[in-house]
Amino acid sequence: MNPKVSESVAFNMLRACSFVVVAPVLLVLYFLISNGWTAMTWNFFTQMPRNGMSEGGILSPIIGTLYLMAGTAIVSLPLGLLSAIYLSEYAKPGPLMRLIRLAIVNLAGVPSIVYGLFGYAIFVLLVMHVECILAGALTLSIMVLPVIIVAAEEALKTVPQSFREASLALGATKWQTVRRVVIPNALPGIITGGILGLSRAAGETAPILFTVAAFYMPNLPKSVFDKAMCLPYHLYIISTQVPDAPPRIQWGTALTLLLIVLGMNIIAAIIRMQYRRKRAW
Amino acid sequence: MDSQFETEYAAKELKKEHFRFKEWLIERIIQVSGIITIITVVLIFIFLLRYACPTFKENSLSSLLLGRSWYPLSGTFGMLPLILGSFMVTIGAVVVGVPIGVGAAIYIGEIAPNRVREILKPTVEVLAAIPSVVIGFLGMVLLAPFLQNLLKLPTGLTALAGSIMLAFMAMPTIISISEDALHAVPQDYRAGSLAMGATKWQTISRVVVPAARSGILAACMLGIGRAIGETMTVLMVTGNAAVIPHTYLQPVRTMTATIAAEMGETAQGSSQFYSLFAVGLVLFLITFIINLVADLALQKSRR
Repeated sequence: MNPKVSESVAFNMLRACSFVVVAPVLLVLYFLISNGWTAMTWNFFTQMPRNGMSEGGILSPIIGTLYLMAGTAIVSLPLGLLSAIYLSEYAKPGPLMRLIRLAIVNLAGVPSIVYGLFGYAIFVLLVMHVECILAGALTLSIMVLPVIIVAAEEALKTVPQSFREASLALGATKWQTVRRVVIPNALPGIITGGILGLSRAAGETAPILFTVAAFYMPNLPKSVFDKAMCLPYHLYIISTQVPDAPPRIQWGTALTLLLIVLGMNIIAAIIRMQYRRKRAW
Repeated sequence: MDSQFETEYAAKELKKEHFRFKEWLIERIIQVSGIITIITVVLIFIFLLRYACPTFKENSLSSLLLGRSWYPLSGTFGMLPLILGSFMVTIGAVVVGVPIGVGAAIYIGEIAPNRVREILKPTVEVLAAIPSVVIGFLGMVLLAPFLQNLLKLPTGLTALAGSIMLAFMAMPTIISISEDALHAVPQDYRAGSLAMGATKWQTISRVVVPAARSGILAACMLGIGRAIGETMTVLMVTGNAAVIPHTYLQPVRTMTATIAAEMGETAQGSSQFYSLFAVGLVLFLITFIINLVADLALQKSRR
């Protein structure tokens, strides 16, 4: 075949591939917004689910998801940051470093339901003996740890070596250098990674199935040792287990969850762009 | 005077000591956090093994892995239908997702004009961000009825629906890692090929893609890992019949969906409870191997 002709055939096929990826995403957004929009009322967000979850709003699942995200942030952000500091500032290349890298890669690939089983085994069965917010938040923290570590490490590594040398030359210790020079300069990247990690935690269902998620609760959770309704699990329940749940509530719940997750992603993207523009080096 | 000086000196020394201790402590904390990921992987393995153990005592390994029926109520725990279900849905996802994903990566990385790329890349990121339960919901209410009408099936909740949904969920992984691999191919390779009179497509197909092949392979492996571990989407769209599947047009049940559906309803300490942990262990080992191979391929592509 003429090289020119085969080129144009190939390019058009590749263009079609991209179209096949992008078109369904736009279609999905269109369907979610057009079907879910009518449910987006003040009452939907401020009322508890009622009448076997076929009426009312989604206040309690939203609150439950917020509690879980707060708990996940408290545990996973400091731990992930410290781990990244070790990898970027303290660790020397060698077998241990390789092992840590391997562990991170594998943690990132562990199926979410396996995290659910693990969290159930260690936090619920062994430690707390109840399904609760604390167990769910710890499980989600472990799941998002690789995301946060990788992002924070990358951010720390973009800080130029000369910054560290200048600080050390002034007599600062290593930890002072890390705390006062490296971390502040890497902060936007660390925050971006943290938000992305938390957005993953907000949307996941499998890890919370046996660790925290409640089918239905008439009240809001009172402490970290209570079960909680959560947005992703609620969507699963009302679309598979509640036969008479009206589509309006199903679509509204799906759209709300998507908006929370996408909103966090957009915030992360904005911080990243601002930071790139402002970066002095 | 002298004594005052001495006390001041002693106080300063004490402060220094305290400071050194703080620094020492924080460095130890950082070291421990550094290996937290290793600890976690080991703990996951230990806990899965611990709760899966009773199953291996009650049943032989071959009857567990190759048993043809999964009937928890009568105490028969053959994982074969579940393993086949997982593999079938994943293979379907690979057949759909890999060519399209790699094609899109080549288009985004090598061909698309900047303006188009700036639309395509964020869209792929949006796809990656959509929670699996939302994708499952859309599969249930949009794709399944569509397939049912199109193919005149008794139900649209089939392996096919699962494969299509998983293909889309694996695509962001396949696309972004393939694109990185293409990006890592030195510009000189392209320039050299074009200077020899090759067309852009000849350059891409015979120089750039072969040079990036281990990275693209890693991308596909990681995509497979994502597909085989995906839970909520397959739970909602594959129909969940724990029988050995024969065609893509019938309901199947994957390992992940089995754990998700049954763990909540089984009594703690029952043989079903332990068997589900055994399923989890098998799943963990499969993804562990896939990730290991993908990582090796990635290392090779970086070198």
